[in-house]
Amino acid sequence: MTLTLALVQILNGLQFGLILFLIAAGLTLVFGVMDFINLAHGVQYMVGAYFVAAFTAMTGSFLYGLALALPAALAFGLLLEVLIFRHLYDRSHLDQVLATFGVIIFLNQAVKFVWGAAPLNVPIPDALSGTIEIADGMLYPVYRLVIIAVGLGVGLALYLVVNKTKLGMLVRAGASNAAMVSALGVNIRLLFTIVFGVGAMLAGFAGAMVAPILSVEPGMGDNVLILAFVVIVIGGIGSIRGAFIAALLIGLVDTLGRFFAPTLLKLLLDPSTASQTGRAIAPMLIYILMAAVLFFRPSGLFPSKQ
Amino acid sequence: MSTAPLQLQNLRKSYGALVVTDDVSLDIHAGELHAIIGPNGAGKTTLIHQISGLAKSDSGRIVFDGQDVTRLTMSERAKLGLVRSFQITSILPRFSALENVALAVQARSGSSFKFLGNAAAERELNDVAMALLARFGLAARASVPAGQMSHGEKRQLEIAIALAAKPKLLLLDEPLAGTSHDESQRLINTLQELRRELPIVLIEHDMDAVFALADRVSVLVYGRIIASGTPQSIRDNADVRAAYLGEEAL
Amino acid sequence: MNDLIDLDAAPALAAPVQARRVVILPLLLFAIFALVPLAGLWGSQGFVLSIVTRIMVLALAAMSLDLLIGYGAMISFGHAAFVGLGAYSVAILSSHGITDGFVQLGVALAVSFVFALVTGAISLRTKGVYFIMITLAFGQMLYFLGTSLAAYGGDDGLTLASRSTLFGSKILKNDIVLYYVVFGILLGAYLLLRGIVASRFGRVLRGIRENPVRMEAIGFAPYRYQLTAYVIAGMIAAVAGCLLANQTEFVSPAYASWQRSGDLIFAIVLGGLGSLHGAIIGAAVFSLLADILSHYTEHWAMLFGPILILVVLFARGGIGGLLGAKS
Repeated sequence: MTLTLALVQILNGLQFGLILFLIAAGLTLVFGVMDFINLAHGVQYMVGAYFVAAFTAMTGSFLYGLALALPAALAFGLLLEVLIFRHLYDRSHLDQVLATFGVIIFLNQAVKFVWGAAPLNVPIPDALSGTIEIADGMLYPVYRLVIIAVGLGVGLALYLVVNKTKLGMLVRAGASNAAMVSALGVNIRLLFTIVFGVGAMLAGFAGAMVAPILSVEPGMGDNVLILAFVVIVIGGIGSIRGAFIAALLIGLVDTLGRFFAPTLLKLLLDPSTASQTGRAIAPMLIYILMAAVLFFRPSGLFPSKQ
Repeated sequence: MSTAPLQLQNLRKSYGALVVTDDVSLDIHAGELHAIIGPNGAGKTTLIHQISGLAKSDSGRIVFDGQDVTRLTMSERAKLGLVRSFQITSILPRFSALENVALAVQARSGSSFKFLGNAAAERELNDVAMALLARFGLAARASVPAGQMSHGEKRQLEIAIALAAKPKLLLLDEPLAGTSHDESQRLINTLQELRRELPIVLIEHDMDAVFALADRVSVLVYGRIIASGTPQSIRDNADVRAAYLGEEAL
Repeated sequence: MNDLIDLDAAPALAAPVQARRVVILPLLLFAIFALVPLAGLWGSQGFVLSIVTRIMVLALAAMSLDLLIGYGAMISFGHAAFVGLGAYSVAILSSHGITDGFVQLGVALAVSFVFALVTGAISLRTKGVYFIMITLAFGQMLYFLGTSLAAYGGDDGLTLASRSTLFGSKILKNDIVLYYVVFGILLGAYLLLRGIVASRFGRVLRGIRENPVRMEAIGFAPYRYQLTAYVIAGMIAAVAGCLLANQTEFVSPAYASWQRSGDLIFAIVLGGLGSLHGAIIGAAVFSLLADILSHYTEHWAMLFGPILILVVLFARGGIGGLLGAKS
């Protein structure tokens, strides 16, 4: 019985981790290639969710909603890049942090202004709304399996592009030494824009995918952003592989931790203290994990710059 | 058992597949000024980084004053008297010239975990710092923000700061880089005085300076010392001439 | 280049002109603060008192962060966590009947000391963006801890039964008394920080900000100085937290959130980085701006955000810079 329960939690952890990966991938590339701290990456995720909510309501179909939300999220990201971000590439990290913080403040309020503060509802498309029996008696939502599959697919595609194509090679080179790449005659501006756009779209895509199963509300990107930061700090800035491994690690540790911490603690403490402490410690687990990793490897597990 | 103040033993360093320091062994004798020359990219600055502690050696030993310092950090080595200057001017631009030097004096004058009192007004620190500035002809520029000084003045300041840190051995990385003829002449004169006071390892491209100052010269090519000896013997060495062909006239 | 604060935004302290400004401006500020309660003579005292007390508390937290960011180039994005620690020290002790202000303060200082030492020791092993993010994450960790403390209100926060007592007396119940206590602490902290910045320790810290490699080369190990500064700043912010809990008579995990940390950074930059009194000016402008804008529309954040962006893009050096405090 507990094994099937554990299996469900593992799948949940995987799904969570893969969503984190989609968000972190863009973030780590933008950091790695452009040395640009983008706190506003979280609102990109939020905006993707809001777009899919709006377009689904408009067209009556989640698939159409998703198809429209993606280019919209890309356009939105590029708009931010042109208006604000590209003026920050040469600035100090402090300036970047503050300016993108300003973007968050603005956009969290803007979506409230446009759509109101109440969470929006995005229905799971009928074809994907059922459950599947994954082990005796345990039913798991099809949609979450779809997210896992899509997440793995995108991860594979990213891996192939970054490691097997010329563009990917430029991106990796840029993450290692952008000045050098530029000196070699590569149009670094174009590279920046592509990296940024892809990152924004991935985050928007992640937001759109989770819209049916999470609350689409103002500020939904904030907590996810912090987690994405933890992912890339652990994984190493500029590394897709690092982001993938760290994201899965965090997804699993967080989900399983929350679930099992009280249970494990019951072996040591009395039930009520165990459940209290468990619930207090669980959200802190990933930060303890991060602290541990950074203690031994201050630049993360797979830093692209030594 | 060598009692040389600085002994480098089989130092190695690679960046990935690129070997930058290739089994360098060298003894710096007491009272000598030892110049290290070599074509660009030979690994001279990396060697100084390794000796001073800014870069970690992959293998080998560095013995300073009889003590193995290979595992020590740069600040720990500086506290022992192994002090360096930088090839690319590395001063505190918004501090005055005086404060730049005074800070180095402060580093060697007791604890800096003092939270009260005005450090900038400490007489003892400032007196020593002023004396050093005067020695380098910078006394009149004491209150100028270091970043606003001329290039030559900054190079002087670099060495003044290094001296303020009570060195037992100086590592000077191209102190004459980018200086005008007059400025470099003045620096050479200063170094002539200094070489009588403490051992100096000098990296330089300026051959006039090298031959005017050095007691011994070592030639570094692709991370290896290909020749080491008196300036005259180096000048006559065929391998050295070959290495320098097309670079500089010896 | 990106690893250092943009140096143009933080003025040096050497020139004589600087010295005058360093005296006049803060003198003016504290004089204004000292006289504000007299506004009561013109009515609406309670309202003004409350706002300015808040400003002074924010200024205290911001000043402590200025030591880190302005003087130490350590961009901590989790500083609000210390404010939360201070606030919750007061609230938790109070909920158990321990209302003595000195005991609460002592606990706040002890707890923040430990938290700063541990998180600082780990965070300072990293540099640049890693440091920013790890401090952000540690701050959030504390925030989540706060939300999970069901016994102390969790997400909803906790209302204090009463303000802290001093020597057994409920003297702080009087808003004017609280005001001057906060004023006194702010003044004291300002003088303390001024002294620290000018001291041997402060000079080393500023040197590390300017050129850490150079400092190492003359024999200073940056880590221990930075960690010390981190702990000092954290403890001062915890004091601000204690005062905040007293002023609002309410605590919430949100006090420790990264958004509040961001507010603190904004306040310092707005007022002028690396000047201490700039933090006070920035805190005042920040609070007043937020207050004024929120009277116009509930969507005031939509104005606040762009203002922040514009300040960053165009007003280098903040208001302090505009007042000529830049060198």
